[in-house]
Amino acid sequence: MSDNQGPVWEIFLQKKAGQPFVHCGSLHAFDKEMALQNARDLYTRRNEGCAIWAVPSNAIVASSPEDIGPFFEPANDKVYRHPTFYQIPDAIGHM
Amino acid sequence: MEANKFEEVFESKLAKNEMVEPKDWMPENYRKHLIRQISQHAHSEIVGMLPEGNWITRAPSLRSKVVLLAKVQDEGGHGLYLYTAAETLGISRDELLNNLHTGKAKYSSIFNYPTLTWADIGAVGWLVDGAAIMNQVMLQRTSYGPYARAMVRICKEESFHQRQGFEIMTRLAFGTDEQKAMAQDALNRWWYPTMMMFGPPDSESPNSENAIKWRIKRETNDQLRQRFVNQTVPQIHYLGLTVPDQNLKWNEDKKGYDFSQPDWVEFKNVISGNGPCNKERLAARNKAHNDGAWVREAAQAFAKKRKEIYEAA
Repeated sequence: MSDNQGPVWEIFLQKKAGQPFVHCGSLHAFDKEMALQNARDLYTRRNEGCAIWAVPSNAIVASSPEDIGPFFEPANDKVYRHPTFYQIPDAIGHM
Repeated sequence: MEANKFEEVFESKLAKNEMVEPKDWMPENYRKHLIRQISQHAHSEIVGMLPEGNWITRAPSLRSKVVLLAKVQDEGGHGLYLYTAAETLGISRDELLNNLHTGKAKYSSIFNYPTLTWADIGAVGWLVDGAAIMNQVMLQRTSYGPYARAMVRICKEESFHQRQGFEIMTRLAFGTDEQKAMAQDALNRWWYPTMMMFGPPDSESPNSENAIKWRIKRETNDQLRQRFVNQTVPQIHYLGLTVPDQNLKWNEDKKGYDFSQPDWVEFKNVISGNGPCNKERLAARNKAHNDGAWVREAAQAFAKKRKEIYEAA
């Protein structure tokens, strides 16, 4: 039989309840239960997380580095989306 | 984009200290260099489990046993972080392991030396992990993103390794005369092999130039070796032990020690397969991999069965 290690999974950890899940690395596992167990053993030996997401690598859709210019371009000329675009009278103070 | 345009983007990333990510275009030689370096690094972590694993069942106390067990488990984890980083470059895990098991890929020469006494476990943690940390701290800022991120994680874990080694050395060095002699003997045997870990002198290091140019490495072999000596000699003095080098001398001009080079002929022999434990290590790795085949087969069969149950429900 082929000596395979199972498909690759991407692992995301939540450090503390309420915080976002952050990518920490990847691993091999044959199914989702094993992916979670392996993630626990590999990435949380020192309480680095209180919750884990395991996602099959091939399910991830990623932007292409070559296209990032045009892809993100629509946000470039919309300065009015930032609060600093607007002037608030001094008399009003903080808004 | 045209080919030279890709190259321009790559070069400008390096110039701006930005990281290269898996999907970015990269020169073929950069990719090859990284696969070689990261996989050697991963293999070193895995093979490095063997000389220390040798002492788990003979650790002198329960405390030292659980500590050593945790350390060896970490080394396995470090190997896995690095294998997955290498895999982002388009090489499979099976291929990586196969290169190790057939002797095609190399691992750090240091793990081809035997751990003869408990003091060797102290010396390995303190000196070998200490030298590894020096290299790895630099690699946290290496130009390839997945490698750099694996290094950040590894560095956080390594400092416990070095401290546990130094603790063992402290106990022996401040113990009975016999224990102190054991500590000195371990230092004598590990000092020069540890110095070899940084690689050949810059003047004879074939891969250094590209590694620096591509910001894979940020410091040369000789720079790192010098830093290691400067940092370690005061620790040796603290332990009341003697550096096994008659030429060791503080040099005020360079604010560092002058020291003897290790035997580079021995180094070449060890990396080309003729060190004291090369055959034993490779045989142990192959045996572990082959003996573990049933676990991989069972896990695969179990996953298939579980999937069928889910689908039927």
